Amino acid sequence: MLLKDYISDIYQATRSLLKGMRRTGYYFTHHKEIITQQYPDNKSEAKLPERFRGEVVMPHDTSNEHACTGCTACELACPNGTIKIITKFDVTPDGKKKKALDTFIYHLELCTMCNLCIEACPTDAIKMAQSFEHSVYDRSQLTKKLNAPGSKIREGVE
Amino acid sequence: MFSLEGLTHSIHSWLNSALNPTAALVVEMVIVAIAVIGFFAVLGLVLVLMERKVSAYMQIRLGPNRVGYGGSLQTVADTLKLAMKEGLTPDGADKFLFNLAPYTAIIISMLVLAPIPFAKGFQIWDMNIGVLYVSAVSSVSVIGVLMAGWASNNKYSLLGAMRSGAQIVSYELSAGLSIISVVVLTGSLRISDIISSQQNGWWIFKGHIPAVIAFVIFIIAVTAETNRAPFDLAEAESELTAGFHTEYSGMKFALFFLAEYVNIFIACAIGTILFFGGWMPLHIGSWDAFNHVMDYIPSSIWFISKVFFLIFVMMWFRWTFPRLRVDQLLNLEWKYLLPISLFNLLLMTLMAIMGWYF
Repeated sequence: MLLKDYISDIYQATRSLLKGMRRTGYYFTHHKEIITQQYPDNKSEAKLPERFRGEVVMPHDTSNEHACTGCTACELACPNGTIKIITKFDVTPDGKKKKALDTFIYHLELCTMCNLCIEACPTDAIKMAQSFEHSVYDRSQLTKKLNAPGSKIREGVE
Repeated sequence: MFSLEGLTHSIHSWLNSALNPTAALVVEMVIVAIAVIGFFAVLGLVLVLMERKVSAYMQIRLGPNRVGYGGSLQTVADTLKLAMKEGLTPDGADKFLFNLAPYTAIIISMLVLAPIPFAKGFQIWDMNIGVLYVSAVSSVSVIGVLMAGWASNNKYSLLGAMRSGAQIVSYELSAGLSIISVVVLTGSLRISDIISSQQNGWWIFKGHIPAVIAFVIFIIAVTAETNRAPFDLAEAESELTAGFHTEYSGMKFALFFLAEYVNIFIACAIGTILFFGGWMPLHIGSWDAFNHVMDYIPSSIWFISKVFFLIFVMMWFRWTFPRLRVDQLLNLEWKYLLPISLFNLLLMTLMAIMGWYF
């Protein structure tokens, strides 16, 4: 090894080590950067990351309408059978039969929050919610029906 | 002004007037032993808490913050927990060595404490070969680790202990050479002489760049000798499941833990004595007023604050740098640190002969 390489090695190593120490030193002196949230204490103002995946929900608008067409893309995308969709046939005003959602069954106890169903959905009918306190005393309470009773598909969603 | 020297003198004269000299000596030894053990316990509690808080802030976390004010009693609670746990001895272990190893580790740390002056004239034993004694006894600490690793009858423990052996034997060299470079400047191995030679300025300032290089090598070498990250191959949580103390639990584990932290304290104390003037206050040339103000701070506070600064630097290393691989570890020592420290020693000797320091 040339002496020049040897010395430049030492120089580079010292520089990169000092760079790392500057970063940790910065964090040590800047307590505002702390990201820990003291969870049960700050229950009301806990800040979750935007992309946090808590459970699958189906948003309904004010007139109790959702965007699910019952296409079962999410059911097919799900790797462990968490979603079960029961469809029915609606009759449109001009007399045609049209496939529609009857019941969207979601097994929270099987879900791994992999987000594949949300990516598969063509109409953005389902999304991941931020709730994470899912513990219940009875397992059957974890099987959820996502579409609200009496809800319809939003007008214009195909 | 408060001074620990006055305290020891008054105890000494009172004991000698009350008892005959032999009995007085025995009582003094008992007092020293109790003081050392008490100091160990407090040091362990404080350093573990400091480590956890420092690591937390460096990783943008909060750290212990529930037990006591701001988590200040966390380590007390942990110690209580460890004291109540069962000290299990594995079936296949060498029972005698297994139980002896933690005591060896802690006794060696206690021995190295002897020549360290905590304040002006506050020292257990000011022997004339102080620095040599420290480097000799501290290298024995590998025995405790090897003993624990061998006696555990566990492949992880044995691997960790062997790594630790290779590591301590290698890094002892450059630590010794950087200690020698200060001894060359001072011309004495006695620790009180080394400190009094820094009356008009600490060696790290007086010795120019060679002293700074010697200090950097010293701090790297003692980090390796105390088995701390980035040189914690002997423990290596992620690959060896705590290495030599995998099989230890309860109070025996606590003794290893304590010995590790006391070793850090001692290493930093030696660094302080050699390069930062021990308990000497900071004096700047001819700023008489400034020097006078600095003299009013007790020497014990100077010593402790310097040592804790160095400990903080070592913690900073630990929570910044990734662990080295074992070949990288030996490369660093034999290809970089040792040649540099040999060359640096030569430079330092030249400086000492020519009188280029002030």
